[in-house]
Amino acid sequence: MKPASRAGAWLAIALGSLYFLLPLIATFEFSLRMRRESYSLEAYRVVLTDPGFQSAFGYSILMALLTVITSIVLVVPTACWIELRLPRMRPVIEFITLLPLVIPAIIIVFGYLRLYNSSSWLPLTGNERATDLLLICSYVTLSLPYMYRSVHSGLRAIDVRTLTEASESLGAGWFTTLAHVIAPALKSAILSGSFLTFAVVIGEFTMASLLNRPAFGPYLQLIGANRAYEPSALAVIAFLVTWASMGLIQVVSRNAAGAGAKRRLPGA
Amino acid sequence: MAFLDIAHVGKTFGAASVVNDVNLAIEKGEFVTLLGPSGCGKTTLLRMIAGFESASSGSIHIDGHDVTLQRARQRRVGMVFQSYALFPTMTVADNIAYGLKIAREPKSAIAERVEQMMKLIRLSQHAQHYPWQLSGGQQQRVALARALASSPRLLLLDEPLSALDAKIRVALRDEIRALQRKLGITTLFVTHDQEEALSLSDRVVVMNEGRIEQVGTPFEIYNFPRTRFVASFVGTLNILNSRVLDEASGLVEVDGQTVTVARLRRSGHGERTLALRPEAVVLESPLAGRNSLMATIEEVNFLGSVVRLRARLQETVLSFDIFNDPGQTLPQRGSRVALGFSHDNLLELEAS
Amino acid sequence: MPPSPQSGAETTLPSVTAVPGPRLAIRLDWLGIVPFMLFALLFLLLPTAFLMVGAFQDAQGHFTLAKLGLLLQGNVLDAYLISLEVSAASAIVGAIAGFALAWAVVHGGLPAWIRPSLLTFSGVAANFAGVPLAFAFLCTLGRTGLVTLLLQHYAGIDPYSTGFTLLSFHGLVLTYLYFQIPLMVLIVTPALEGLRKEWREASDSLGGTALHYWIHVALPVLAPSVLGASLLLFANAFGAVATAYALTGSSLNIVTILLYAQIRGDVLHDPNLGYALALGMIVITSLSSAGYLWLSARTQRRRS
Repeated sequence: MKPASRAGAWLAIALGSLYFLLPLIATFEFSLRMRRESYSLEAYRVVLTDPGFQSAFGYSILMALLTVITSIVLVVPTACWIELRLPRMRPVIEFITLLPLVIPAIIIVFGYLRLYNSSSWLPLTGNERATDLLLICSYVTLSLPYMYRSVHSGLRAIDVRTLTEASESLGAGWFTTLAHVIAPALKSAILSGSFLTFAVVIGEFTMASLLNRPAFGPYLQLIGANRAYEPSALAVIAFLVTWASMGLIQVVSRNAAGAGAKRRLPGA
Repeated sequence: MAFLDIAHVGKTFGAASVVNDVNLAIEKGEFVTLLGPSGCGKTTLLRMIAGFESASSGSIHIDGHDVTLQRARQRRVGMVFQSYALFPTMTVADNIAYGLKIAREPKSAIAERVEQMMKLIRLSQHAQHYPWQLSGGQQQRVALARALASSPRLLLLDEPLSALDAKIRVALRDEIRALQRKLGITTLFVTHDQEEALSLSDRVVVMNEGRIEQVGTPFEIYNFPRTRFVASFVGTLNILNSRVLDEASGLVEVDGQTVTVARLRRSGHGERTLALRPEAVVLESPLAGRNSLMATIEEVNFLGSVVRLRARLQETVLSFDIFNDPGQTLPQRGSRVALGFSHDNLLELEAS
Repeated sequence: MPPSPQSGAETTLPSVTAVPGPRLAIRLDWLGIVPFMLFALLFLLLPTAFLMVGAFQDAQGHFTLAKLGLLLQGNVLDAYLISLEVSAASAIVGAIAGFALAWAVVHGGLPAWIRPSLLTFSGVAANFAGVPLAFAFLCTLGRTGLVTLLLQHYAGIDPYSTGFTLLSFHGLVLTYLYFQIPLMVLIVTPALEGLRKEWREASDSLGGTALHYWIHVALPVLAPSVLGASLLLFANAFGAVATAYALTGSSLNIVTILLYAQIRGDVLHDPNLGYALALGMIVITSLSSAGYLWLSARTQRRRS
């Protein structure tokens, strides 16, 4: 490698680091400024003790967990089934799971409001619990690209067909095979998809705001419009949540690779 | 000075020395093969000649010019890679024309040359096809044409046949040799396959651990290996540990039996390592003027046209082949046989 | 070839017991994807289709192009124009910067630990969009942001006196880049890793300079991935709501904010305009995504 191009590479990394780290530093610095005389964690104390924060954050965590569970239940059996029984449907399913990246969330939720309003055939926006259900479904829709891709590549890696045939030749039924053979082998793929889904859903704004639900995203927006220092503390918290989710994906996939290597060792 | 002259060339990566004081002279029009196991430094040597790696020491001359410090693009050396390395976004014709376009040849001359090269590799009908539409063998022929199109001074091939099926490998091997003869281009070919090396080359360079072990014609390398490494790497070979009994007559002892070696390299008594080719050994009753060893048959492998037998003296195990003859019964396992071979067939190897 | 007697017998004399078996199995096979299909239909396909059809219907359900005419209003056209500009600018700059970063870690000869660090960070930053991102940029380049203050204090430059404001076209593009660049890094790194070093060597040994290699070999190989990724970045920015809304409120007139306000009923409520806006967005994001899919299919075919 010539020195000139290596210097160029260093320059790119340096400029990139500057652009990506400055906002993080600035946000953190800003969040410490609440007390005029000195840096303090006052903004964090105010935010964390705000009942509004607690209820919005709690609500979003609940919604995110329910979304992850629904998404797993919906995607994992479908992906297995496609792999085993209906491979010719794979392009169709793949296309559908990519659509949420194509169609903006605001369009999807606008469609919901038109299709499921209180005077429609399925009035899902009629009461709060039904709207919660609709919100979860909208989040599952948003999560389809991440969850399906993750599970699909996991299935590709384990040769699900042979595993299923082995399990069935030992007398196991479809459900036993799924629960005891395939799901454990897919654990890291499913967990990766789940953490990514969690990260996307936890601070989601558009769906929650337009469905008028008291989630973390709309709460953030509200605070941002009315307060000075709390938003920066909230941004730091949101960034840490995203970072933690991504970090867990790394841990999960590294553990899977490590466990695989360990399992292979005695044979080698 | 030879057409390609490599003098005291070495290459180190950090503390590891990959190529060690290599000296090699190749004449114009010669086809020379670098043969050796993976990691022996043959590919690194080739890449230093191509200009992809710089030599840590020594010098390389092509046609009288010192190219040691030249960049790859200044050397006018054609290179063929194991993985074909065709440009995926270009057609066959564009791939072949690449070097000519860079040299700013006139358009008509390029078209003519590309046409000529495609005829040479018999792929004229695929001119507008892309690499992914061709088989591996076809792709490698295009890579060959691309390397040859701008008439390089030297053609370098880095295991060009390793990625291909066995049948295509043999066909393309013969094609490369025919093409090389036709164009008379000086060629350096890297392989780990001894059959490829022996069938293709004017001369073979056997390398091991960054050093040249032996340089010679295929006939010399196969029949008169100088070291134990060359003997065992080129073909299958029986190794006999012996002790000299009488230096003048070449009488030595192997597992309690005596045989005669036509030529002992070194004087003095003591242990000597001898090599014996499987095809030199026949089943025969002891004859005057020939060596004979009594052995017990351990294994009989029927391979079709030949039968490979394994026989044990005491410590020493000898492999040898006999032709399949339906009129003859094969020796049984456990039977005692006499193995005959001429005095010339026993080669003394250099002490390692 | 003479017809095999066996296959003839099968077609002319169907076995009574053999028929239900396979047919039942086929039905059961389809049963396995019914839950997923039903979900996709209810929560993805029907709502979208409902809007698309609705854009061409009047109140009585008759076909009309009147709603599309609403798109030609001055402020709607402006909104589309600004949205297209913001998306295009953030996609192009994001693609170039992301490419440069990915190139630096793949082919730049940097220490090995930088590549996984950049990829992990990109995974985080690509998903750190929305309201918190807007906050972060307000803290950085807002009127009292850290960088603004530092520039005033040490460089003697007040960005706001030069007409700059974060609540503007440039501010929005600068903010969008925070998730656009990492997205580009994530998409284009595998493509850069696919550039084989033998291509460079083949080009070199045929007399090519670095420029020859880039123009004739590397760029044509990378073009589909880079173009495709840029289209994806474009669609990504075009559909974004939260970041822009939290950053600028309703002060910047882009399509998503217009539609958001339309749905919320913040402005004069006109459901017809909502349909037309939605249709326009679907058409634009679908076109760019279709372009992306077409380009990535081309890339895959070449690799096979």
